[in-house]
Amino acid sequence: MNAVLPVAILPNAELVVERGAWVALKRDLKISMAGKGELAQALAFLVIVASLFPLAVGPETMLLKRIAAGVVWVAALLAVLLTLPRLFASDYADGTLEQLLLSPYPLPLIVAGKILGHWLTTGLPLTLVAPLLGVQYGLEGAELAILMLGLLLGTPVLSMIGAIGAALTLGLRGASILMALLVLPLYVPVLIFGAGAAGQVQAAMDPTANLSLLGACLLFGALAAPFAAAAALKISLD
Amino acid sequence: MTHSSLPSLSVRGLTLSRGPRRLFADLKWDLDAGSAMVLRGPNGCGKTTLLRVIAGLTRPESGEVRLGGAPWKALNAEQRRNCLYLGHSAALKEELSVDANLSCALDCDAESVDADALAAALAAVGLGERRHLEARRLSQGQKRRVGLARLALSAKPMWLLDEPTNALDAEGVALFLRLVERHLGAGGMACIATHLPMDIGAPVREIRLGSA
Repeated sequence: MNAVLPVAILPNAELVVERGAWVALKRDLKISMAGKGELAQALAFLVIVASLFPLAVGPETMLLKRIAAGVVWVAALLAVLLTLPRLFASDYADGTLEQLLLSPYPLPLIVAGKILGHWLTTGLPLTLVAPLLGVQYGLEGAELAILMLGLLLGTPVLSMIGAIGAALTLGLRGASILMALLVLPLYVPVLIFGAGAAGQVQAAMDPTANLSLLGACLLFGALAAPFAAAAALKISLD
Repeated sequence: MTHSSLPSLSVRGLTLSRGPRRLFADLKWDLDAGSAMVLRGPNGCGKTTLLRVIAGLTRPESGEVRLGGAPWKALNAEQRRNCLYLGHSAALKEELSVDANLSCALDCDAESVDADALAAALAAVGLGERRHLEARRLSQGQKRRVGLARLALSAKPMWLLDEPTNALDAEGVALFLRLVERHLGAGGMACIATHLPMDIGAPVREIRLGSA
């Protein structure tokens, strides 16, 4: 055992608070890597849901091409929703969330790190796979690019809004349904802007406005979501 | 070291109810550096809640907790920096190795511990050979021992321990008592909710909850 040092009050001054986000991100990425299967689940879900639509509506090329962006967006949205319990609920269940709340790092920064970790393991892979689905639906060049760009801007917002919903419903009975009811309506703007941008390209219009709005959502979410989710967590664990 | 950095804890007028039941009312006590407070009482009397209030996880209805003279706001950063709270659950991620679990916990606590010290602490609590195992493969007692390793590595002056000896064997309990003794000897403090007699060579006071 190490030598006995006198114990004293630790000042907070030397704490590098920015490290909080990195500590949480590193931790969540480690956990995601350890549970390899989970990473693939959201992707498999996206692919399967997107593949159901041609079976249901028929193989008519023009129709499929028209609904492609909407289908991919809805599927991505549901895939993200499915992974939200991983954000806080699993930490809540094993007691590690309490420990995160008791960390000297500012809670919003820890939450920001967790949101970033969630996006890196769900939103980003979904964005990278989406063009493949788009190709299946007959999308081409610029259409694919805008679909991907929209997802790149939009999926972080899904993680941010989802974090607030997940934190608010923590520990409640029927939390997953409640979370879906709470979060899905809030996803609507992202869905409209994202699918709208892709639709405008198909109609040979300029998608800049929709993409700018998505960007605005992203900026606003990045500023507000960590604080909102942190406040919700404190209430849920009181 | 200035006098103000000497740890001491004062609990002033803490009151908390859960539903219609008053768990504690107007609790008032002080704890000096190098001593421990043992919380006793029947199940459900509010030992865990009191520890959570001191840790800052639960807001009391009234009253406050002060460390070293400075008042603590609920979940104040300085309070979190100085408290180590080990709750009912072992707080381990099942899918991570024992090693990774411990280093993640220390990272989140902003405690800088090198890999050798970490390995030595795990060996000291009897997990030296199991440190690369996933936490899900540990027994309940072994999970508790990871918590002991965390205590051994912690520089935090205030320990808040909720039934820390649950599931520990006799040797584990002895190990735990030695850790507390060393911590108090170095001027630390501890609040421990336990049913166990605490025979250690340091001042130990008791408070009985649930009698009111």
